[in-house]
Amino acid sequence: MSEPNAKSVLTTPIFKNNPIALQILGICSALAVTSSMSVSLVMSLAVIFVTAFSNFFVSLIRHHIPSSIRIIVQMTIIASLVIVVDQILKAYAYEMSKQLSVFVGLIITNCIVMGRAEGFAMTNSPGMSLLDGIGNGIGYGFILMTVGFFRELFGSGTVFGLTVFETVSNGGWYLPNGLMLLPPSAFFIIGLIIWVLRAINPEQIEENEFEMKANSQPKEAV
Amino acid sequence: MAQSNNSIKKILTVAFALCIVCSIIVSTAAVALRSKQQLNQELDRKTNILKVADLYEPGDDVAEEFQKVTPKVVDLRTGEYTDEFDPSSYSGFEAARDPAQSRTLSGEKDIAGLSRQENYSTVYLVGDPQDPDQLIVPIRGQGLWGLMRGYLAVEGNGNTIVGITYYSHSETPGLGAKVDTTQWKSKWEGKKIYSESDDVEPDIELVKGGATKKTEVDALSGATLTSNGVTDMLEFWLGPEGFGPFLAKFRSGIDQEAVNTASADETEGV
Repeated sequence: MSEPNAKSVLTTPIFKNNPIALQILGICSALAVTSSMSVSLVMSLAVIFVTAFSNFFVSLIRHHIPSSIRIIVQMTIIASLVIVVDQILKAYAYEMSKQLSVFVGLIITNCIVMGRAEGFAMTNSPGMSLLDGIGNGIGYGFILMTVGFFRELFGSGTVFGLTVFETVSNGGWYLPNGLMLLPPSAFFIIGLIIWVLRAINPEQIEENEFEMKANSQPKEAV
Repeated sequence: MAQSNNSIKKILTVAFALCIVCSIIVSTAAVALRSKQQLNQELDRKTNILKVADLYEPGDDVAEEFQKVTPKVVDLRTGEYTDEFDPSSYSGFEAARDPAQSRTLSGEKDIAGLSRQENYSTVYLVGDPQDPDQLIVPIRGQGLWGLMRGYLAVEGNGNTIVGITYYSHSETPGLGAKVDTTQWKSKWEGKKIYSESDDVEPDIELVKGGATKKTEVDALSGATLTSNGVTDMLEFWLGPEGFGPFLAKFRSGIDQEAVNTASADETEGV
Protein backbone atom coordinates (compact mmCIF):
# COMPACT_ATOMS: atom_id res chain seq x y z
CA MET A 1 0.00 0.00 0.00
CA SER A 2 1.14 3.52 -0.70
CA GLU A 3 1.72 6.11 2.00
CA PRO A 4 -1.68 6.83 3.57
CA ASN A 5 -2.95 10.37 3.19
CA ALA A 6 -5.00 12.07 5.84
CA LYS A 7 -8.19 12.49 3.83
CA SER A 8 -8.44 8.92 2.63
CA VAL A 9 -7.59 7.54 6.06
CA LEU A 10 -10.44 9.54 7.52
CA THR A 11 -13.09 8.96 4.85
CA THR A 12 -12.49 5.46 3.46
CA PRO A 13 -13.92 3.68 6.52
CA ILE A 14 -17.22 5.52 6.17
CA PHE A 15 -18.47 4.04 2.89
CA LYS A 16 -15.70 2.23 1.03
CA ASN A 17 -14.33 0.13 3.88
CA ASN A 18 -16.99 0.36 6.53
CA PRO A 19 -16.10 -1.66 9.64
CA ILE A 20 -19.63 -2.97 10.06
CA ALA A 21 -20.85 -3.20 6.47
CA LEU A 22 -17.71 -4.55 4.80
CA GLN A 23 -15.61 -6.05 7.57
CA ILE A 24 -18.71 -7.23 9.50
CA LEU A 25 -17.17 -6.27 12.84
CA GLY A 26 -18.87 -4.86 15.91
CA ILE A 27 -22.27 -6.29 14.99
CA CYS A 28 -23.18 -7.21 18.57
CA SER A 29 -23.38 -3.67 19.90
CA ALA A 30 -24.98 -2.50 16.66
CA LEU A 31 -27.87 -4.84 17.42
CA ALA A 32 -28.14 -3.94 21.07
CA VAL A 33 -28.07 -0.17 21.31
CA THR A 34 -29.86 0.97 18.15
CA SER A 35 -33.47 0.95 19.29
CA SER A 36 -33.39 4.73 19.67
CA MET A 37 -31.33 7.39 17.93
CA SER A 38 -30.14 9.32 20.96
CA VAL A 39 -28.70 6.14 22.48
CA SER A 40 -27.06 5.27 19.15
CA LEU A 41 -25.52 8.74 19.01
CA VAL A 42 -24.00 8.52 22.47
CA MET A 43 -22.71 5.02 21.75
CA SER A 44 -21.19 6.24 18.46
CA LEU A 45 -19.44 9.14 20.19
CA ALA A 46 -18.11 6.79 22.84
CA VAL A 47 -16.74 4.41 20.21
CA ILE A 48 -15.23 7.27 18.17
CA PHE A 49 -13.46 8.50 21.29
CA VAL A 50 -12.17 5.05 22.22
CA THR A 51 -10.99 4.02 18.73
CA ALA A 52 -9.34 7.40 18.17
CA PHE A 53 -7.37 7.48 21.38
CA SER A 54 -6.60 3.78 21.64
CA ASN A 55 -5.14 4.05 18.13
CA PHE A 56 -3.24 7.17 19.12
CA PHE A 57 -1.70 5.75 22.28
CA VAL A 58 -0.93 2.34 20.78
CA SER A 59 0.79 4.07 17.88
CA LEU A 60 2.69 6.37 20.24
CA ILE A 61 4.34 3.49 22.05
CA ARG A 62 4.37 1.06 19.13
CA HIS A 63 8.19 0.90 18.96
CA HIS A 64 8.33 -0.17 22.58
CA ILE A 65 5.58 -2.77 22.64
CA PRO A 66 7.09 -6.25 22.87
CA SER A 67 5.39 -8.37 20.21
CA SER A 68 4.77 -11.21 22.65
CA ILE A 69 2.47 -9.12 24.85
CA ARG A 70 1.18 -6.65 22.28
CA ILE A 71 -2.45 -7.82 22.45
CA ILE A 72 -2.48 -7.44 26.22
CA VAL A 73 -0.91 -3.99 25.96
CA GLN A 74 -3.57 -2.92 23.45
CA MET A 75 -6.34 -4.37 25.60
CA THR A 76 -5.09 -2.52 28.67
CA ILE A 77 -5.09 0.78 26.84
CA ILE A 78 -8.53 0.15 25.35
CA ALA A 79 -9.98 -1.00 28.66
CA SER A 80 -8.65 2.07 30.49
CA LEU A 81 -10.18 4.39 27.90
CA VAL A 82 -13.51 2.59 28.07
CA ILE A 83 -13.61 2.89 31.85
CA VAL A 84 -12.88 6.60 31.56
CA VAL A 85 -15.74 6.97 29.04
CA ASP A 86 -18.05 5.00 31.30
CA GLN A 87 -17.20 7.19 34.28
CA ILE A 88 -17.75 10.37 32.27
CA LEU A 89 -21.13 9.13 31.03
CA LYS A 90 -22.19 8.24 34.56
CA ALA A 91 -21.24 11.72 35.72
CA TYR A 92 -22.61 13.84 32.88
CA ALA A 93 -25.23 11.72 31.09
CA TYR A 94 -26.64 9.52 33.80
CA GLU A 95 -29.93 8.67 32.08
CA MET A 96 -28.06 7.70 28.95
CA SER A 97 -25.55 5.56 30.80
CA LYS A 98 -28.44 3.71 32.42
CA GLN A 99 -29.86 2.91 29.00
CA LEU A 100 -26.53 1.87 27.55
CA SER A 101 -25.82 -0.10 30.73
CA VAL A 102 -23.37 -2.88 30.02
CA PHE A 103 -22.74 -1.95 26.40
CA VAL A 104 -20.35 0.87 27.23
CA GLY A 105 -18.20 -1.65 29.06
CA LEU A 106 -18.49 -4.00 26.12
CA ILE A 107 -16.75 -1.49 23.82
CA ILE A 108 -13.63 -3.18 25.22
CA THR A 109 -14.53 -6.29 23.28
CA ASN A 110 -15.63 -4.42 20.17
CA CYS A 111 -13.58 -5.95 17.38
CA ILE A 112 -13.34 -2.62 15.54
CA VAL A 113 -11.25 -1.02 18.29
CA MET A 114 -8.95 -3.99 18.64
CA GLY A 115 -8.78 -4.52 14.90
CA ARG A 116 -7.68 -0.94 14.20
CA ALA A 117 -5.14 -0.95 17.01
CA GLU A 118 -3.56 -4.17 15.76
CA GLY A 119 -4.06 -3.60 12.05
CA PHE A 120 -3.29 0.09 11.64
CA ALA A 121 -1.87 1.77 14.74
CA MET A 122 0.94 -0.77 15.20
CA THR A 123 2.47 0.24 11.86
CA ASN A 124 1.52 3.90 11.40
CA SER A 125 2.34 7.26 12.95
CA PRO A 126 0.27 8.57 15.88
CA GLY A 127 -1.34 11.35 13.82
CA MET A 128 -2.51 9.01 11.09
CA SER A 129 -3.66 6.45 13.65
CA LEU A 130 -5.74 9.07 15.42
CA LEU A 131 -7.43 9.96 12.11
CA ASP A 132 -7.92 6.30 11.27
CA GLY A 133 -9.56 5.76 14.64
CA ILE A 134 -11.87 8.72 14.13
CA GLY A 135 -12.70 7.54 10.60
CA ASN A 136 -13.55 4.04 11.71
CA GLY A 137 -15.53 5.36 14.65
CA ILE A 138 -17.53 7.52 12.26
CA GLY A 139 -18.02 4.54 9.95
CA TYR A 140 -19.40 2.58 12.90
CA GLY A 141 -21.48 5.55 14.00
CA PHE A 142 -22.89 6.02 10.51
CA ILE A 143 -24.30 2.48 10.47
CA LEU A 144 -25.54 2.84 14.05
CA MET A 145 -27.35 6.07 13.30
CA THR A 146 -28.91 4.68 10.12
CA VAL A 147 -30.10 1.54 11.88
CA GLY A 148 -31.25 3.61 14.85
CA PHE A 149 -33.19 5.94 12.56
CA PHE A 150 -35.21 3.14 10.97
CA ARG A 151 -35.71 1.23 14.20
CA GLU A 152 -36.90 4.24 16.15
CA LEU A 153 -39.05 5.57 13.31
CA PHE A 154 -40.86 2.29 12.62
CA GLY A 155 -40.67 0.91 16.15
CA SER A 156 -41.84 3.95 18.11
CA GLY A 157 -42.86 6.46 15.44
CA THR A 158 -40.30 8.98 16.66
CA VAL A 159 -36.90 10.39 15.64
CA PHE A 160 -34.64 11.55 18.49
CA GLY A 161 -37.71 11.27 20.72
CA LEU A 162 -39.72 13.70 18.58
CA THR A 163 -42.95 12.30 17.24
CA VAL A 164 -43.06 11.79 13.48
CA PHE A 165 -45.80 9.16 13.21
CA GLU A 166 -48.51 9.57 15.85
CA THR A 167 -48.95 6.09 17.31
CA VAL A 168 -52.33 4.42 17.86
CA SER A 169 -51.83 4.31 21.63
CA ASN A 170 -51.49 8.12 21.61
CA GLY A 171 -54.57 8.55 19.47
CA GLY A 172 -52.80 8.65 16.10
CA TRP A 173 -52.85 6.33 13.11
CA TYR A 174 -49.51 4.55 13.24
CA LEU A 175 -49.36 1.02 14.64
CA PRO A 176 -45.73 0.56 15.77
CA ASN A 177 -43.83 -2.46 14.52
CA GLY A 178 -42.80 -4.31 17.66
CA LEU A 179 -40.11 -6.29 15.85
CA MET A 180 -38.23 -3.05 15.22
CA LEU A 181 -37.68 -2.61 18.94
CA LEU A 182 -36.10 -6.05 19.24
CA PRO A 183 -32.45 -6.66 18.31
CA PRO A 184 -33.10 -9.04 15.36
CA SER A 185 -34.58 -6.18 13.31
CA ALA A 186 -31.12 -4.58 13.24
CA PHE A 187 -29.89 -7.68 11.41
CA PHE A 188 -32.33 -7.04 8.59
CA ILE A 189 -31.48 -3.35 8.41
CA ILE A 190 -27.73 -3.96 8.45
CA GLY A 191 -28.24 -6.56 5.73
CA LEU A 192 -30.11 -4.04 3.61
CA ILE A 193 -27.42 -1.39 4.19
CA ILE A 194 -24.75 -3.86 3.07
CA TRP A 195 -26.82 -4.59 -0.04
CA VAL A 196 -27.16 -0.89 -0.86
CA LEU A 197 -23.45 -0.17 -0.27
CA ARG A 198 -22.40 -3.10 -2.45
CA ALA A 199 -24.81 -2.10 -5.18
CA ILE A 200 -23.13 1.33 -5.24
CA ASN A 201 -19.59 -0.05 -4.97
CA PRO A 202 -19.61 -3.36 -6.88
CA GLU A 203 -15.94 -3.95 -6.01
CA GLN A 204 -17.07 -4.72 -2.45
CA ILE A 205 -18.88 -7.84 -3.65
CA GLU A 206 -16.91 -10.87 -2.57
CA GLU A 207 -16.18 -13.70 -4.96
CA ASN A 208 -17.81 -17.01 -4.24
CA GLU A 209 -15.52 -19.33 -2.37
CA PHE A 210 -16.88 -22.24 -4.37
CA GLU A 211 -19.44 -22.71 -7.08
CA MET A 212 -22.36 -25.01 -6.58
CA LYS A 213 -23.65 -26.58 -9.77
CA ALA A 214 -27.33 -26.43 -10.52
CA ASN A 215 -29.37 -29.58 -9.95
CA SER A 216 -26.65 -31.42 -8.05
CA GLN A 217 -27.82 -34.74 -6.63
CA PRO A 218 -27.32 -35.60 -2.95
CA LYS A 219 -24.99 -38.42 -3.98
CA GLU A 220 -22.82 -36.08 -6.06
CA ALA A 221 -22.76 -33.49 -3.30
CA VAL A 222 -21.11 -36.04 -1.02
CA MET B 1 14.72 -3.71 17.59
CA ALA B 2 12.51 -6.75 17.83
CA GLN B 3 15.23 -8.55 19.73
CA SER B 4 15.62 -5.91 22.42
CA ASN B 5 11.85 -5.40 22.66
CA ASN B 6 11.32 -9.06 23.44
CA SER B 7 13.86 -9.39 26.19
CA ILE B 8 12.28 -10.33 29.50
CA LYS B 9 13.50 -7.15 31.08
CA LYS B 10 11.83 -5.01 28.42
CA ILE B 11 8.58 -6.98 28.59
CA LEU B 12 8.37 -6.55 32.34
CA THR B 13 9.26 -2.85 32.17
CA VAL B 14 6.66 -2.10 29.49
CA ALA B 15 3.96 -4.13 31.23
CA PHE B 16 4.69 -2.50 34.58
CA ALA B 17 4.90 1.05 33.25
CA LEU B 18 1.70 0.61 31.24
CA CYS B 19 -0.19 -0.75 34.23
CA ILE B 20 0.94 2.16 36.41
CA VAL B 21 0.01 4.79 33.83
CA CYS B 22 -3.36 3.22 33.04
CA SER B 23 -4.29 2.72 36.66
CA ILE B 24 -3.43 6.34 37.46
CA ILE B 25 -5.66 7.54 34.60
CA VAL B 26 -8.54 5.25 35.56
CA SER B 27 -8.41 6.03 39.27
CA THR B 28 -8.10 9.77 38.63
CA ALA B 29 -11.22 9.66 36.48
CA ALA B 30 -13.07 7.58 39.05
CA VAL B 31 -12.15 9.79 41.99
CA ALA B 32 -12.61 13.11 40.18
CA LEU B 33 -16.07 12.18 38.94
CA ARG B 34 -17.34 10.31 41.98
CA SER B 35 -19.11 13.20 43.68
CA LYS B 36 -20.88 14.09 40.45
CA GLN B 37 -21.97 10.48 39.95
CA GLN B 38 -23.28 10.14 43.47
CA LEU B 39 -25.27 13.30 42.96
CA ASN B 40 -26.80 11.76 39.85
CA GLN B 41 -27.67 8.53 41.62
CA GLU B 42 -29.23 10.46 44.46
CA LEU B 43 -31.23 12.55 42.00
CA ASP B 44 -32.35 9.44 40.17
CA ARG B 45 -33.51 7.79 43.39
CA LYS B 46 -35.42 10.90 44.46
CA THR B 47 -36.99 11.22 41.03
CA ASN B 48 -38.23 7.65 41.31
CA ILE B 49 -39.70 8.29 44.74
CA LEU B 50 -41.50 11.37 43.43
CA LYS B 51 -42.72 9.46 40.39
CA VAL B 52 -44.26 6.67 42.43
CA ALA B 53 -46.01 9.24 44.62
CA ASP B 54 -47.35 10.90 41.47
CA LEU B 55 -45.64 14.18 42.40
CA TYR B 56 -43.26 14.38 39.46
CA GLU B 57 -43.74 15.97 36.07
CA PRO B 58 -40.84 16.08 33.60
CA GLY B 59 -39.02 19.37 34.08
CA ASP B 60 -39.83 19.71 37.76
CA ASP B 61 -37.09 20.68 40.15
CA VAL B 62 -36.52 17.42 41.98
CA ALA B 63 -34.85 18.97 45.03
CA GLU B 64 -37.72 21.38 45.52
CA GLU B 65 -40.45 18.76 45.10
CA PHE B 66 -38.59 16.43 47.40
CA GLN B 67 -39.09 18.82 50.29
CA LYS B 68 -42.61 17.44 50.56
CA VAL B 69 -41.08 14.07 51.35
CA THR B 70 -39.64 13.11 54.75
CA PRO B 71 -37.40 10.06 54.91
CA LYS B 72 -37.58 8.02 58.12
CA VAL B 73 -35.78 4.88 59.19
CA VAL B 74 -38.13 2.18 60.45
CA ASP B 75 -37.36 -0.88 62.56
CA LEU B 76 -38.91 -3.62 60.44
CA ARG B 77 -39.39 -5.92 63.43
CA THR B 78 -41.57 -3.49 65.39
CA GLY B 79 -42.74 -1.01 62.79
CA GLU B 80 -41.50 1.89 64.95
CA TYR B 81 -39.37 4.80 63.76
CA THR B 82 -35.80 4.91 64.97
CA ASP B 83 -33.29 7.74 65.26
CA GLU B 84 -30.34 5.39 65.24
CA PHE B 85 -29.48 6.14 61.61
CA ASP B 86 -29.47 9.25 59.48
CA PRO B 87 -32.42 8.70 57.09
CA SER B 88 -30.83 10.68 54.27
CA SER B 89 -27.74 8.50 54.08
CA TYR B 90 -28.91 5.14 55.46
CA SER B 91 -29.32 2.41 52.85
CA GLY B 92 -31.24 -0.70 53.77
CA PHE B 93 -29.97 -2.41 50.64
CA GLU B 94 -26.38 -2.05 51.81
CA ALA B 95 -27.27 -2.90 55.41
CA ALA B 96 -28.65 -6.23 54.19
CA ARG B 97 -25.08 -7.28 53.35
CA ASP B 98 -23.78 -6.46 56.82
CA PRO B 99 -24.35 -9.41 59.20
CA ALA B 100 -24.59 -7.03 62.17
CA GLN B 101 -27.48 -5.12 60.66
CA SER B 102 -29.36 -7.88 58.94
CA ARG B 103 -30.61 -11.43 59.33
CA THR B 104 -30.60 -14.54 57.20
CA LEU B 105 -33.89 -15.55 55.66
CA SER B 106 -34.40 -19.26 55.64
CA GLY B 107 -36.33 -21.45 53.22
CA GLU B 108 -40.04 -20.76 53.28
CA LYS B 109 -39.70 -17.33 54.87
CA ASP B 110 -37.62 -16.15 51.94
CA ILE B 111 -40.51 -15.72 49.51
CA ALA B 112 -38.90 -12.93 47.52
CA GLY B 113 -35.59 -14.77 47.08
CA LEU B 114 -33.47 -12.26 48.98
CA SER B 115 -31.53 -14.61 51.30
CA ARG B 116 -30.71 -11.65 53.63
CA GLN B 117 -32.90 -8.88 54.97
CA GLU B 118 -31.93 -5.70 56.75
CA ASN B 119 -33.31 -4.94 60.24
CA TYR B 120 -33.98 -1.31 59.47
CA SER B 121 -35.31 0.22 56.29
CA THR B 122 -36.02 3.69 55.01
CA VAL B 123 -39.58 4.78 54.33
CA TYR B 124 -40.65 8.09 52.80
CA LEU B 125 -43.58 10.07 54.16
CA VAL B 126 -45.34 12.51 51.87
CA GLY B 127 -46.94 15.53 53.49
CA ASP B 128 -47.13 16.02 57.27
CA PRO B 129 -44.86 13.40 58.89
CA GLN B 130 -47.30 13.09 61.80
CA ASP B 131 -50.24 12.35 59.54
CA PRO B 132 -48.80 11.52 56.11
CA ASP B 133 -50.79 11.56 52.88
CA GLN B 134 -48.67 8.80 51.45
CA LEU B 135 -46.21 6.18 52.66
CA ILE B 136 -43.53 5.10 50.22
CA VAL B 137 -41.74 1.85 50.96
CA PRO B 138 -38.85 0.25 49.08
CA ILE B 139 -39.47 -3.23 47.67
CA ARG B 140 -37.15 -5.67 46.02
CA GLY B 141 -37.14 -9.32 45.01
CA GLN B 142 -36.17 -11.78 42.35
CA GLY B 143 -37.82 -11.51 38.97
CA LEU B 144 -37.09 -13.90 36.15
CA TRP B 145 -33.53 -12.83 35.40
CA GLY B 146 -32.43 -10.96 38.47
CA LEU B 147 -33.18 -8.67 41.34
CA MET B 148 -35.93 -6.12 40.75
CA ARG B 149 -35.82 -2.98 42.88
CA GLY B 150 -38.57 -0.45 43.20
CA TYR B 151 -40.90 1.55 45.38
CA LEU B 152 -44.53 1.18 46.37
CA ALA B 153 -46.56 4.22 47.38
CA VAL B 154 -49.49 3.64 49.73
CA GLU B 155 -52.08 6.15 50.90
CA GLY B 156 -52.10 7.35 54.51
CA ASN B 157 -54.64 4.65 55.41
CA GLY B 158 -51.91 2.04 54.97
CA ASN B 159 -53.93 0.02 52.50
CA THR B 160 -54.78 1.83 49.25
CA ILE B 161 -52.03 1.74 46.65
CA VAL B 162 -51.06 4.98 44.91
CA GLY B 163 -48.47 3.56 42.58
CA ILE B 164 -45.58 1.21 42.02
CA THR B 165 -42.34 1.71 40.19
CA TYR B 166 -39.27 -0.32 39.36
CA TYR B 167 -36.07 1.62 38.88
CA SER B 168 -33.75 -1.32 38.46
CA HIS B 169 -34.54 -4.69 36.91
CA SER B 170 -33.26 -6.99 34.19
CA GLU B 171 -36.49 -8.49 32.88
CA THR B 172 -37.03 -9.47 29.23
CA PRO B 173 -37.59 -6.41 27.02
CA GLY B 174 -41.11 -6.35 25.63
CA LEU B 175 -42.39 -8.93 28.13
CA GLY B 176 -41.31 -8.75 31.78
CA ALA B 177 -39.77 -5.31 31.28
CA LYS B 178 -43.32 -4.00 30.97
CA VAL B 179 -43.25 -3.63 34.77
CA ASP B 180 -41.69 -0.30 33.92
CA THR B 181 -44.41 0.95 31.54
CA THR B 182 -46.89 3.65 32.47
CA GLN B 183 -49.71 1.56 31.06
CA TRP B 184 -49.17 -1.32 33.45
CA LYS B 185 -48.26 0.86 36.42
CA SER B 186 -51.52 2.78 36.03
CA LYS B 187 -53.43 -0.42 36.82
CA TRP B 188 -52.21 -0.23 40.41
CA GLU B 189 -53.85 3.00 41.38
CA GLY B 190 -56.58 2.52 43.99
CA LYS B 191 -55.87 -1.18 44.57
CA LYS B 192 -55.99 -2.51 48.14
CA ILE B 193 -53.21 -4.42 49.84
CA TYR B 194 -55.33 -6.14 52.47
CA SER B 195 -58.98 -7.15 52.05
CA GLU B 196 -59.68 -7.28 55.81
CA SER B 197 -58.46 -4.53 58.13
CA ASP B 198 -56.98 -6.99 60.62
CA ASP B 199 -55.23 -9.14 58.00
CA VAL B 200 -51.57 -9.76 58.64
CA GLU B 201 -50.82 -11.34 55.29
CA PRO B 202 -51.29 -9.08 52.27
CA ASP B 203 -53.85 -10.19 49.69
CA ILE B 204 -52.62 -8.14 46.78
CA GLU B 205 -51.63 -10.35 43.86
CA LEU B 206 -51.22 -10.42 40.11
CA VAL B 207 -53.81 -12.55 38.36
CA LYS B 208 -54.20 -13.80 34.81
CA GLY B 209 -57.30 -13.20 32.75
CA GLY B 210 -58.43 -9.92 34.22
CA ALA B 211 -58.48 -8.60 37.75
CA THR B 212 -61.92 -8.72 39.38
CA LYS B 213 -61.19 -7.75 42.97
CA LYS B 214 -59.70 -4.66 44.54
CA THR B 215 -56.77 -6.77 45.71
CA GLU B 216 -56.01 -8.07 42.23
CA VAL B 217 -53.96 -6.54 39.45
CA ASP B 218 -53.68 -7.82 35.87
CA ALA B 219 -50.58 -9.93 35.43
CA LEU B 220 -48.18 -9.16 32.60
CA SER B 221 -49.07 -11.32 29.62
CA GLY B 222 -46.21 -13.51 28.50
CA ALA B 223 -44.27 -12.82 31.67
CA THR B 224 -45.58 -15.30 34.23
CA LEU B 225 -42.32 -15.55 36.17
CA THR B 226 -41.87 -11.79 36.39
CA SER B 227 -45.49 -11.50 37.56
CA ASN B 228 -44.91 -14.19 40.17
CA GLY B 229 -41.82 -12.29 41.29
CA VAL B 230 -43.85 -9.11 41.77
CA THR B 231 -46.56 -10.95 43.73
CA ASP B 232 -43.95 -12.68 45.90
CA MET B 233 -42.02 -9.55 46.72
CA LEU B 234 -45.22 -7.72 47.69
CA GLU B 235 -46.30 -10.64 49.83
CA PHE B 236 -42.94 -10.52 51.56
CA TRP B 237 -42.45 -6.78 51.98
CA LEU B 238 -46.04 -6.03 52.96
CA GLY B 239 -46.30 -9.05 55.23
CA PRO B 240 -45.18 -9.55 58.86
CA GLU B 241 -41.53 -9.96 57.82
CA GLY B 242 -41.50 -6.65 55.95
CA PHE B 243 -43.46 -3.46 56.41
CA GLY B 244 -46.55 -5.25 57.77
CA PRO B 245 -46.13 -3.97 61.36
CA PHE B 246 -45.39 -0.48 60.09
CA LEU B 247 -48.43 -0.32 57.82
CA ALA B 248 -50.64 -1.85 60.52
CA LYS B 249 -50.25 1.31 62.57
CA PHE B 250 -51.86 3.32 59.79
CA ARG B 251 -54.57 0.82 58.99
CA SER B 252 -56.43 0.95 62.31
CA GLY B 253 -59.00 3.33 60.88
CA ILE B 254 -59.63 1.47 57.61
CA ASP B 255 -62.99 1.81 55.90
CA GLN B 256 -64.12 -1.79 55.74
CA GLU B 257 -67.23 -1.30 53.64
CA ALA B 258 -65.44 0.46 50.83
CA VAL B 259 -63.30 -2.58 50.22
CA ASN B 260 -66.18 -5.01 49.97
CA THR B 261 -68.48 -2.97 47.76
CA ALA B 262 -65.76 -1.95 45.39
CA SER B 263 -64.83 -5.55 44.72
CA ALA B 264 -67.86 -6.47 42.62
CA ASP B 265 -68.32 -3.59 40.22
CA GLU B 266 -64.76 -3.31 39.00
CA THR B 267 -63.82 -5.48 36.06
CA GLU B 268 -60.92 -4.36 33.99
CA GLY B 269 -60.17 -5.48 30.46
CA VAL B 270 -57.38 -7.93 29.77
